[in-house]
Amino acid sequence: MRLPTRRSIAWLVLVIAIILTLFPFYWMIRTAFTPAADLPTDTTGLWPHHATLINFERVLGLTSTAQNVAAGGSGATLDFLLSLRNSIIYAGLIAVAQTFFCAMAGYAFARLRFRGRDLLFGVFVMALMVPPIFTLLPNFALVKSLGWIGSFEGLIAPSVLMTPFAVFFLRQFFLSIPAEVEEAAALDGAGRLTQFWRVVLPMSRGPLFTIGLITAVWAWKDYLWPLLVGPDQNTRVLTAALGIFLEQSPNQAPDWTGLMAAAVLAVIPVALLLVVFGRRLVESLNFTGIK
Amino acid sequence: MAGIGESGGAVAVEARRPRLAARDAARPRRGRGARRGDGRVAWIFLGPALIGFALFYLYPTVRGAYFSFTDYDLLSPPHSVGAANYRELWHDPLYWNALRVTLQYVVINIVSQTLLALGLAWLMFRLTRSIVVRVLLLVPWLVPNVAVGLLWLWLLDANLGLVNHLITAVGGTSQGFFSTPSLAMPTIAMINTWQYTGYTALLFYAGMLQIPASLYESARLDGAGEVRTFFRITLPLMRPILALVLVVSMIGSFQIFDTISITPTHGGPVNATRAVYYYIYQLAFTQFRMGYACAVAMTLAVILGVLTFVQMRLLRASSSDLA
Repeated sequence: MRLPTRRSIAWLVLVIAIILTLFPFYWMIRTAFTPAADLPTDTTGLWPHHATLINFERVLGLTSTAQNVAAGGSGATLDFLLSLRNSIIYAGLIAVAQTFFCAMAGYAFARLRFRGRDLLFGVFVMALMVPPIFTLLPNFALVKSLGWIGSFEGLIAPSVLMTPFAVFFLRQFFLSIPAEVEEAAALDGAGRLTQFWRVVLPMSRGPLFTIGLITAVWAWKDYLWPLLVGPDQNTRVLTAALGIFLEQSPNQAPDWTGLMAAAVLAVIPVALLLVVFGRRLVESLNFTGIK
Repeated sequence: MAGIGESGGAVAVEARRPRLAARDAARPRRGRGARRGDGRVAWIFLGPALIGFALFYLYPTVRGAYFSFTDYDLLSPPHSVGAANYRELWHDPLYWNALRVTLQYVVINIVSQTLLALGLAWLMFRLTRSIVVRVLLLVPWLVPNVAVGLLWLWLLDANLGLVNHLITAVGGTSQGFFSTPSLAMPTIAMINTWQYTGYTALLFYAGMLQIPASLYESARLDGAGEVRTFFRITLPLMRPILALVLVVSMIGSFQIFDTISITPTHGGPVNATRAVYYYIYQLAFTQFRMGYACAVAMTLAVILGVLTFVQMRLLRASSSDLA
């Protein structure tokens, strides 16, 4: 009798941990459906007394400014669809291009023989140690002098071609897969580029997709760089839009219902990602280790 | 193949060489020819990554070091000021304050996050292999820090926040989590612990799965209890992943920015949350003192480098008892 009891206590702890993890998100949704005027009175119930969509409508700019202010807003709106588009472009471009270019570099470090290979790889690995803030300031200065502030070129520039981590990780990955298939292709007279394109890439589709996915998640979460480089509407990604929307909310009496509606909208893409790729993401943590 | 033998990767290449060489009689097997091997095509493979590395890693590192000796303000060209920035930094109370509150944050965040994640990973490891449980625990990690910070600003709001409602409901007094100097940084640390514990637990869990089941079997036969098994087998055997996770999350933790930047106190109250990354940001982008900001960033880079080195040494990260 003793063991099952201990087991159920353990389960209880795990369930509590999951509830603590998820409940704040539930409260975010709950608040987003609450009329701003009800906040002081309608405090702890699990569902608002007068559930409403007005917060979503005014955040999306579907109401007039007067209606917005009447419903407790600051008049500020969040151009959700435009920011969503910008986030998708930003994260998508970085994920696809970075994964591809780093796969090429990782493959070269893993398989090709050329002078200075290990020295070069060592330099790449050392760059892993340089904290992002250190390169961020000069990179901003560089992007600014190139006239790329407020453009997608500027946004993606520092990470679109490589990150030391991706090169490092993909090298380890290519070392771990057997070379027989490539050798067979080589016997058929395929050069290195053909082997890579026709054999290695198709063979590694799954893992490469997973790495791209994780890269996309990190780019999706980026805040400081996109805020600095692409603050205008046309390049403003979701995180920056959320930060700017918060700035526009009065400090003394923040527009909580509007903020939570905006946050819910910003989390929806993440939720979709989880539904579609949840298993892949979770399993990827088993082999990517950390990023 | 001079100089290649040291790295693990080269060993694998070495082992395949006879077969590789056999496939192409025209290519000489040893000596200069083999060394040149894939020379030209290698540069095609490496081209994009090399350009990215040179432009956005190497160049800014050198340039950042140079800026730290200038009065650069992003508008006019930088002038050399010698070591003035470093002298100023030495006497700058805000700089030392920034280091102090960052350290406070890192200690609270890393200790709580690592302990909770280890516990959670152990629970999962002993109870279930369910993908759903793991996906649910991963949710906060996937949400942008800005949204997470916003959410907790609301939950912990002094007047209307749910947490204070609950505290007063059980007879406590309402807390200004972000406006009380002694509470502000621990609050921010706990928010980030909340966000990253699930993710960290999944990494630890993956490490636990790598430990051979036979070891647990023999521990059980020896009559070792749950606690003993955890401390004598699990923890020592997952040291490499533990070390790696610790090093990486500590480096990340030192760079706390997003949550601080959205709290309305902007580094306050009374500098209690002006962590070093945020201080650098303010120096560079609100005071336009790029040169001084680079000097501060330089010291942060050095601190992180030393810390990483020491940690890797202490935890002997690269060696596993399993091998």
